[in-house]
Amino acid sequence: MFRYFIRRLLTSIPTLLAISIVIFGVLAIAPGNPLGEFASNPAITAEVRENLRRSLGLDQPIYIRYFKWASAFIQGNMGYSFTSRSPVNQLILQRLPATLWVIGAAYLLSVAIAFPLGVISALKRHTIFDRIATTFAFIGYSLPTFFTGLLFIIIFSVKLRWLPFIYNSTLEVTDWESFIAQIKQSLMPICVLGLFQAAVLMRFVRTSILEELNQGYVQTAHAKGLRSWRVINIHILRNALIPVVTLVALDIPTVFTGSLVTEHVFRVPGIGALLLDSIYRSDTPVVMAISFIYAILVVIFNLIADLLYGLLDPRVRYGN
Amino acid sequence: MGIREKLSLVPTSTQAEATQGRSWSEAWRRFRRDRTAVLGAIILLTIILAVLLGPLVYTTPANQIDFSQAVAPPSWEHPFGANDLGQDQLARILSGGRISLAVGVMAMATATTVGVVIGAMAGFYGGLLDGGLMRLTDLFLSLPQLPLALLVIYLFGNQARAIAGPELGIFFLVVMVIGGLNWMSVARLVRAGFLTMKERNFVAAAKALGARPRRLIWFHILPNVIGPVIVAATLAVGYAIITESTLSFLGLGFPPDVPTWGRMLYDAQNYLETAPHMALFPGLMIFLTVLSINYVGDGLRDAFDPKIR
Repeated sequence: MFRYFIRRLLTSIPTLLAISIVIFGVLAIAPGNPLGEFASNPAITAEVRENLRRSLGLDQPIYIRYFKWASAFIQGNMGYSFTSRSPVNQLILQRLPATLWVIGAAYLLSVAIAFPLGVISALKRHTIFDRIATTFAFIGYSLPTFFTGLLFIIIFSVKLRWLPFIYNSTLEVTDWESFIAQIKQSLMPICVLGLFQAAVLMRFVRTSILEELNQGYVQTAHAKGLRSWRVINIHILRNALIPVVTLVALDIPTVFTGSLVTEHVFRVPGIGALLLDSIYRSDTPVVMAISFIYAILVVIFNLIADLLYGLLDPRVRYGN
Repeated sequence: MGIREKLSLVPTSTQAEATQGRSWSEAWRRFRRDRTAVLGAIILLTIILAVLLGPLVYTTPANQIDFSQAVAPPSWEHPFGANDLGQDQLARILSGGRISLAVGVMAMATATTVGVVIGAMAGFYGGLLDGGLMRLTDLFLSLPQLPLALLVIYLFGNQARAIAGPELGIFFLVVMVIGGLNWMSVARLVRAGFLTMKERNFVAAAKALGARPRRLIWFHILPNVIGPVIVAATLAVGYAIITESTLSFLGLGFPPDVPTWGRMLYDAQNYLETAPHMALFPGLMIFLTVLSINYVGDGLRDAFDPKIR
């Protein structure tokens, strides 16, 4: 197990290297120039522009820039933002709490909805409950989050006036009242993201339980005279949840990139919003750092999914 | 990567028999019995027909600016209301829908072609080629899809516009980016199908009769693994439509005078208080289209693979 872990860890290094080269390459060969806005500004002469280029390290060949970037990144230095001149990691750390709060709450909400619904609707297959639950899941999964977000704003902020329109980033939770305000302003982004995830997860939980229901061991357990709740809890759920847990782990990075849209709709000052702003401003160091952080998340959660699979399922044996 | 493809990867056995003529008609019979899938197919066909023929019947121009009608709510004159420039929303939805659907279909075609070629080569030839191609697939699966798509379109948008014109250039760029980031599930399905099929007797027989690799791949093996690919391709259309709308919604993608459904939502964001209809109708169109595509895809999956219900 430990050896497998180490080996998997080592094989993910080339993947990360390849991804970073892809992202860096895209940024480097792009015709768009981070100094584009200075080029159209008549107050800045060609000489000043050249000095700026040199001070940002843009006059060096691509591979040198890549090595410099990579070695700095490993040491935790992600460079400086072109536009605000502050260190990138500081910018990201400022934005991270909002993203983590929204994503974490959304994921908990989705698991809390999807697990019971998926289990019940698989066990009560073809009943009205199942019909309604699967239909809702299907609808939720076909509704793009940017549309649900706008709908929520129209319904809950514009028409009903229950919830604030825009996320107030300066709000600090100090007392009960500000806590309520914080909940109120994060409710819509959390629900939009959480309901979408719940729809996806619920379908998956249902399928994976259905697959177990017809297995021989379930019939054996029933034939032994075990009560059905015991069969469900001890036998079916344990087996059916293995792929589900793996999927949850695999899906967390998708939620991070998916939150990009939600953060944009509700103006949540998270890292997704930071990435979008930085793309518009051609702020290459920030874009590079955030995209690469997303890639690291994907690789790490893939690793976690693999390890969880082995831990949960004794049939999976890691060879040497 | 969308969760869609993970779901479509879950239970997909390949058609076991080489007698595909019979299994096709059987699949069609099963599909017809699936009421929600048929309903989805009807809605989808209606949307396609409306988008293709609608502008011939509904002749209000899509780009005529009329400030006296700005943000007008739905009325007889403007059934879906008007936008902030007083342009008719129904006409814009119809003409924008052509682009949204075209992007969906073309991106699907790109993804499927790439996926089939890579999967077939990996599965058929095996060995070093297989290893390399599968590493490539894994790499693409680990890329942060949405950020990368945003980045590429933002950075290369101007160049694409310069090469092929503002509309066509962006169209090709969007199709390439969406298709190029979404072929992996098809490649894996095709590879898995090839691995099981190439051991079958009928392939050995064809080989013994002197069939060349190309013929084996295209005429003998591929038709037998195509079922799950069709399902994945159907779902890929919906995925591509959502991705294109997302890109346009974030303000990257088509220029303002090309009213794709996502772009219309982008414009609507600032008028949610005064003109919610601006967001409602384009959003509903995206939703209806994707929902019906998903129902059709689900019906196809059940039709090709009746074990799972």
